[in-house]
Amino acid sequence: MKNDISTPVKREDVSEKLLGTACYIGDLKLEDMMYARTLRSTEPRARLISIKYPEMPLGYFVVDRKDVPGKNIIKMIIDDQPYFAEDIVNYIGEPIALIVGKDKTIINELISKTNIEYEKIKPIFSIDERHETTTPIYGDSNTFAAYRLKKGDISEARAKARYICEDIYETGYQEQFYMETQGVIAEYQEGKATIYGSIQCPYYVKNAVVECLGCAPDMVRIVQATTGGAFGGKEDYPSLLAGQAICAAIKVNKPVCLLLERDEDLEVTTKRHPSRIKIKSFIDENHKILGMDAEIMLDAGAYAGLSGVVLQRAMFAIAGVYNIENIKVKGRAIATNKAVSGAFRGFGSPQAFFAIEMHMQNVAKKLRIDPLQFRLDNILKQGDKSTTGGVFRDKILLHEMVARVMEMSNYAEKKRSFQGSDNQKRRGLGLSMFFHGCGFTGNGERDHIKGKARLIKNEEDIVEILIANVEMGQGAGTTMRKIVSAALDIPISRVMYRNPDTDRVPDSGPTVASRTTVIVGKLVYDAAVELKAKWQQGVQQQAEIEYQYPEGYQWDNESFAGDAYTSYSWGVNVVDVEVDTITYESEIKGVWAVFDIGKSIDDRNVKGQIDGGIVQGLGYGAMEVMENVGGRFKQRTSADYIIPTAMDIPMIQSELMCEPYTEGPFGAKGLGELSLVGSPIAYAMAVEDALGIRINSIPVRPEFLMEVAENDKRNHFKTKR
Amino acid sequence: MKINFSINNSAKSIEINPSETLYEVLNKCGFSSVKKACGTSSCGICTVLLDGKPIPSCSYLAAKVDQHNITTIEGVQQEAELLGDLMNREGAVQCGFCTPGFLLTIIAMKKELVNPDIQQIKNYLVGNLCRCTGYEGQLRAIRRYMEVGR
Ligand code: FES
Ligand code: FES
Repeated sequence: MKNDISTPVKREDVSEKLLGTACYIGDLKLEDMMYARTLRSTEPRARLISIKYPEMPLGYFVVDRKDVPGKNIIKMIIDDQPYFAEDIVNYIGEPIALIVGKDKTIINELISKTNIEYEKIKPIFSIDERHETTTPIYGDSNTFAAYRLKKGDISEARAKARYICEDIYETGYQEQFYMETQGVIAEYQEGKATIYGSIQCPYYVKNAVVECLGCAPDMVRIVQATTGGAFGGKEDYPSLLAGQAICAAIKVNKPVCLLLERDEDLEVTTKRHPSRIKIKSFIDENHKILGMDAEIMLDAGAYAGLSGVVLQRAMFAIAGVYNIENIKVKGRAIATNKAVSGAFRGFGSPQAFFAIEMHMQNVAKKLRIDPLQFRLDNILKQGDKSTTGGVFRDKILLHEMVARVMEMSNYAEKKRSFQGSDNQKRRGLGLSMFFHGCGFTGNGERDHIKGKARLIKNEEDIVEILIANVEMGQGAGTTMRKIVSAALDIPISRVMYRNPDTDRVPDSGPTVASRTTVIVGKLVYDAAVELKAKWQQGVQQQAEIEYQYPEGYQWDNESFAGDAYTSYSWGVNVVDVEVDTITYESEIKGVWAVFDIGKSIDDRNVKGQIDGGIVQGLGYGAMEVMENVGGRFKQRTSADYIIPTAMDIPMIQSELMCEPYTEGPFGAKGLGELSLVGSPIAYAMAVEDALGIRINSIPVRPEFLMEVAENDKRNHFKTKR
Repeated sequence: MKINFSINNSAKSIEINPSETLYEVLNKCGFSSVKKACGTSSCGICTVLLDGKPIPSCSYLAAKVDQHNITTIEGVQQEAELLGDLMNREGAVQCGFCTPGFLLTIIAMKKELVNPDIQQIKNYLVGNLCRCTGYEGQLRAIRRYMEVGR
């Protein structure tokens, strides 16, 4: 009997990781390699008047904007961020120059002896600041993106509503904190630029470097080194490092290694966008939600980065798992003089789901009805329309998933026994429901990425997968090999996957947006089917497939109308928490989770993603605090920014309940990001439940709970006559 | 200055700079299995064993290992293979950056603690951070590993 594809196999990258022989970027030593450190702005916003460097010893160099052969702008969605500051700096830590040389201690000394004269400009730190009173950082309105989304008729919903409920939610920064910090090594030989790096998106880096150098695309080669975690943090930032390092390599005519120190990485690289979300919902006498009017503000930091797309994902997720026919959403990504906010597992959706789930819970409490029942009564089902009017084509298993997770967690029984306790330690339960749209938002896959995957088979009938998607710990290599091996019906040992090198692999797109399995996996599957059809033993052959937008779907990017995603994965999480009513410290007693990911390609990798995502989510909801005061992060060393340790984690029990997706490989959909979205919400709800208070921001901290418990119960609820 | 120590049971005598950390010295000697992340003893990535006990090599002066035994993952291959296999089965090896440090800490724990309960295990591991796995896989693997040879 043939094995089910979900049965775990040994990953190809495990042996070298266990032996400690895997080659991360820090392990790569090129001959004659020089080191670079970054001279950074110490002002949040200022004009650079002069920079006085100490005399450079022999073999030490300054590399700055004058050394960029092409454009001193990082190629991204909006052209606003330079590799090296021109005459203005916009955040503390913004790179001004590199100092390059053989000895890192000498480089550090040279940096500390450099004097920069600034002329301060009034900075903008908060998304509330009225930019009229100061000069905007970007454009006229100081927003990198301002969008509106409309579905149905909100004024009619308002008119018909019996109840109106309005809430405001806030979420904080979160740092990816991949254990391996960011780094690249650049070398330039005979007109060809090669970058090795800890990266998620080889072709993003390539396209950026091509523009930075102003050279032909075939003169740039990007090779991914074994990557020690990324979680979105190595999506766009490596382009900046790569451009800087290659400019340095050209200048000094030697390979240049640019690795960030931990604290430096923490302070200057991208983080999850802080958000403020206002939701007003209109509800009829039968407790059906007629409409929702929402406003989303994201703190984008000093440059545009990916904020526009993060904002879109947040806006499209704002109705959560609920069927709301009339919707109006306004979204803005606001410029502030702080490090650039960027991609982090979930990409705007954790913020939106936190807001809508907490809001639904709160509405029910105001209406004095059972929150879970109210939420279940308003839930999406097959055939309903999304916020952008796209149709949920596949069966939605939420009711079954909720029933199962309640059974697993012994929900009803616990709920009863937790009630009415006046012990010092109170228990509480929270349940979150969520989805994640798989692949790029909107027209990304169809119009921008247009991914290609290739398989080549050699005379020994070994098949190699050529894609630009990286293994960064999540198990992409094994997933792809399993798909090819099953589609070709050959042993997995005959299928190879190597870290991508842009000189060898086609552009299958970046390793982001939970797209690797569902989108690239399908390309690889289709290529395998093509190869199988023409298979000739002992002959070198290849097959290449380009992405086709699935039939029957449609999307208009101007009006944000249609199918924002072609597939959705779903999840339900329960968290059980115990809170001490004197110290307000909380302990997570258990987490239970059910996910619909279409089909598991490897149960072991799936479990790894689920456990890891849930714990990162708990960190986000419960303990990871990063505050910015006056443009400076308070938590800027690894000792100050606290992530979960083995001590903090509870027992996690998870199961799958899957509705296969016909367009996915073997029915699979996305998983990576989904796994993070639900746990912070279920945690916050559990704390609410334990203490009988309202929580409207994460991370939930003991000091905050103490404060809330004291001046509780602000009533935003109005009953119409 | 010169120090004499043993690394993975082979004697070594090397010239060091008194301000150098053990991590720097090991790195120079080519022990690339020892990684560094924070450099401030707050993550456990750079863990090596000093006379069998885990220490953060990034913040340990090399001068202090004179006359002591240092063990890296290269020196406990048999044990690492056994434990590594269990870790792999539980999906506890993802990006792998924390893996050598984790393996060494667990191997030391098995020698040091007799029949630890889950809380003691977690306590022992508190200095080793992992951002990928949520520790669940590691803990499952450890429970199996502690059974081996009992
Ligand atoms: S690198 Fe030594 S403890 Fe983090
Ligand atoms: S496996 Fe990535 S940090 Fe542990």
